[in-house]
Amino acid sequence: MRIESETDLAEAVKGANGPLRIKGGGTHDVGAPVVGEVLEVGIVGVTLYEPGALTLVVGAGTPLAEIEALLEDEGQRLAFEPMDHRVLLGTSGVPTIGGAVAANVSGPRRIQSGAARDFTLGARFVDGAGRVVKNGGRVMKNVTGYDLVKLMAGSWGTLGVLSEVSLKVQARPEVQASLVAEGLSPAQAVRKLSAALGSPFDVTGAAHLVGGRTQVRLEGLTGAVAYRTKALQDGPLAGFELVEGAASAALWAEVRDVAPFAGTDAAVWKVSVKPGDAPRLLDALGARVSDAVLDWGGGLMWLAVPDTGDCGAEVLRGEIAKLGGHATLVRARAETRAAVPVFQPEPTPIAALNRQIKAKFDPRGILNPGLMGV
Amino acid sequence: MQMPEPREDILARKDRIVSRLREVLPADAVIDDGIELKAYECDALSAYRCPPMCAVLPTSTAEVSAVMKICHAEGVPVVPRGSGTSLAGGALPTADSVILGVARLADVLEVDYANRFIRVEAGRTNLSVTGAVEADGFFYAPDPSSQLACAIAGNIAMNSGGAHCLKYGVTTNNLMGVKMVMADGEVIEIGGAHLDAGGLDLLGLVCGSEGQLGVVTEATLRILAKPEGARPVLIGFDSNVVAGACVSDIIKTGIVPVAIEFMDRPCIEATEAFTGAGYPDCEALLIIEVEGSEAEIDDQLSRIIAIAERHDPVEVRQSASPEQSAKIWLGRKSAFGAMGQINDYMCLDGTIPVSELPHVLGRIGELSDQYGLKVGNVFHAGDGNMHPLILYNANTPGELEKCEAMGADILKLCVEVGGCLTGEHGVGIEKRDLMGVQYTPEDLDMQMAVKDVFDPGWILNPAKVFPLDVSAARRG
Ligand SMILES: Cc1cc2nc3c(=O)[nH]c(=O)nc-3n(C[C@H](O)[C@H](O)[C@H](O)COP(=O)(O)OP(=O)(O)OC[C@H]3O[C@@H](n4cnc5c(N)ncnc54)[C@H](O)[C@@H]3O)c2cc1C
Ligand SMILES: Cc1cc2nc3c(=O)[nH]c(=O)nc-3n(C[C@H](O)[C@H](O)[C@H](O)COP(=O)(O)OP(=O)(O)OC[C@H]3O[C@@H](n4cnc5c(N)ncnc54)[C@H](O)[C@@H]3O)c2cc1C
Repeated sequence: MRIESETDLAEAVKGANGPLRIKGGGTHDVGAPVVGEVLEVGIVGVTLYEPGALTLVVGAGTPLAEIEALLEDEGQRLAFEPMDHRVLLGTSGVPTIGGAVAANVSGPRRIQSGAARDFTLGARFVDGAGRVVKNGGRVMKNVTGYDLVKLMAGSWGTLGVLSEVSLKVQARPEVQASLVAEGLSPAQAVRKLSAALGSPFDVTGAAHLVGGRTQVRLEGLTGAVAYRTKALQDGPLAGFELVEGAASAALWAEVRDVAPFAGTDAAVWKVSVKPGDAPRLLDALGARVSDAVLDWGGGLMWLAVPDTGDCGAEVLRGEIAKLGGHATLVRARAETRAAVPVFQPEPTPIAALNRQIKAKFDPRGILNPGLMGV
Repeated sequence: MQMPEPREDILARKDRIVSRLREVLPADAVIDDGIELKAYECDALSAYRCPPMCAVLPTSTAEVSAVMKICHAEGVPVVPRGSGTSLAGGALPTADSVILGVARLADVLEVDYANRFIRVEAGRTNLSVTGAVEADGFFYAPDPSSQLACAIAGNIAMNSGGAHCLKYGVTTNNLMGVKMVMADGEVIEIGGAHLDAGGLDLLGLVCGSEGQLGVVTEATLRILAKPEGARPVLIGFDSNVVAGACVSDIIKTGIVPVAIEFMDRPCIEATEAFTGAGYPDCEALLIIEVEGSEAEIDDQLSRIIAIAERHDPVEVRQSASPEQSAKIWLGRKSAFGAMGQINDYMCLDGTIPVSELPHVLGRIGELSDQYGLKVGNVFHAGDGNMHPLILYNANTPGELEKCEAMGADILKLCVEVGGCLTGEHGVGIEKRDLMGVQYTPEDLDMQMAVKDVFDPGWILNPAKVFPLDVSAARRG
């Protein structure tokens, strides 16, 4: 069923007598497969947009493309740069802002400006009992009560169905440029990226395609970007070549969407570790990994592995248990995802908290049951 | 301000509780002497005071855990405390409570420049976190004005902000992980040196939970490379409305100053008298600071000044030296002190949409006339976080109550125009009873359900955040 207002949403959830599969655009089918009636959030429209206050309030079902166009007209954008999952997952559909927030989807700029959760100022949602709840608001600083917005961001529709979100938006920079090098090993690349991120030059992207490019992005006022690229070339990024404008943007769309993995049938892991641990993790996994893209200075690893057995879950998560971090199996055949925990299994006390939170927000256990393994 | 009656059954067990605590802590870490307890009877909301039953100052996570196990078994309320600089009464004890101070947990545990984080014990002061990495060109961004004194533990509990959060965000945007002792003494770790949660974002939930979900003993914090330089400009206007419009225009252009601070006439006059900073004689002034290399700073400031010129400024004062920069900041930095010279004051903390600035300042002026209490406004204009300072005389009977009533009216106004009760100081006891203005019973119930999960017995800081009648059934 497709729902177009918050009132109907509350009614629909209250009246549900079985599991619900919450859907925005349906482009980002991640997690253990959910069996249930599809509830499509079609609450669309802009409630408020104040460019001078960097605030946008929209229905959760609003297509991202619409939001992007609206912001572009005012020279603004979403800061967290979420990916287009249709590329990686081979899905079709119209991605929604609710889906992006529910999945806390953030791209390369996350390393500098923050994740979707950092830019979501407020949310309205319907919990599993059909109650309408709001949290946060539309202002940039708000510590009134607990921050349930953070909890909703990244809860994948398992705690509540978002009906409306308020976002902090960002001005588009005057220009962007990238510094690019070829032929570095992952360890060399991560050291370079780390040096760039540890410089005062406000790097907004730092990525390495294993076996290919290493790239660093700068954005801002024209003079500043020129100055900073030069300073980096004269310093830690000696030998890196300058790529500007649209060509630079294309480099980052490729990383954001993990385009190198598109159209292959490999399973894909999304791994978050401390950047310096990335080379070690790659070594530990060895030949099992057929391709890898490192973003966030190495802290975000996209790993392609054959979609067989447990997709290397045991080895990967064994290493991560030693290093700290987490691994999500974002792409794999449904059978694999039903057998291998898609989300990183949590330590016992955390898992217990998650289960109890789920029980409070969704007492009947009907919202995307099983999706996150809780 | 109402607080729950202390429970007689707990007070009756004081000796036993104190001796159990002494068994698990160093001799000098348990304080139950009446005189010494005075140090813990209030935080920076000093109009409200109540000595606790006792205070403990553990020196390790294991000791914190041992304390919590005892308090959990005894059903004793525990009020976590950092440095006691809360302006919301967050660390205010009740007579039957144990103050759990983390001031002795102050070590730096790990510094990692390659991965840009620092791990510290939570009692460490905010400024000394930056102090630990400064020599190597790094800093910890959130910078509350109280940073010399306040602890990271309190910053996490209140999700504190600072002058530079327009660019760098508040605590929650710079916190990567915590070690936390649960109400029953269990020790958990959330997050770490990696980014984002692999499952539910419990870290985001803990940050800003005002000591009600657990006792934080360690924190992993994001550190950043220090910018090459920073410089302010001061711009005076002949009306609040125009200054507000200028702020909005600057934000729209995409220049991200690190700070945009706003002061109105009463505040300007008070600081002038106190510091002689030489501020222009005007209705409103902005101090805008930008960062970068010299050339980048010049570029940004010239664009900002060009925007300001379109708003007929009374004066644009640029800085040509570090001394002049310091002078520009001098009045702003001593604003609270200056107002304090005139009288006692109450510092509010509501946030409003930036576009509502002129309207709200106008209404505050009217309320000031209506209540007969002077107000000075000094605040972080870039993000709409206001700090109206209401002047009153604590020695005049009834004046505190009048001041509180006026404060409540201002905060209700903030919510009415689309804002919130508190932007960075937290709810504590101060705004507790106004929560119903911003949230419905369902909204509050959902938040309290989270506390039910972390602290089923409601022993952690139970009398804060939620109106007492709303939380009564849960507090038992
Ligand atoms: C500017 C911009 C442009 C983008 N462009 C594209 C693009 O062109 N194509 C593209 O694929 N992606 C794009 N994205 C990325 C997109 O944000 C993510 O892929 C997003 O997760 C997909 O949204 P969806 O509605 O398809 O999600 P879905 O696949 O429907 O849902 C993802 C998850 O969120 C849950 N969920 C969905 N809606 C809600 C809700 N209202 N409340 C609670 N839970 C919910 C679902 O149950 C599921 O677990 C863009 C992002 C941005 C910011
Ligand atoms: C002059 C002055 C200026 C200020 N300026 C600012 C400002 O610019 N920005 C800003 O945001 N705030 C400001 N504040 C408010 C205050 O400094 C902050 O709220 C600060 O974070 C409190 O830290 P603290 O260590 O003093 O905490 P405390 O006052 O000791 O406690 C604050 C809260 O944290 C809880 N808590 C303490 N330790 C722990 C722990 N280990 N685990 C769990 N919970 C704990 C307490 O229970 C309480 O609820 C200012 C205060 C003053 C007096």
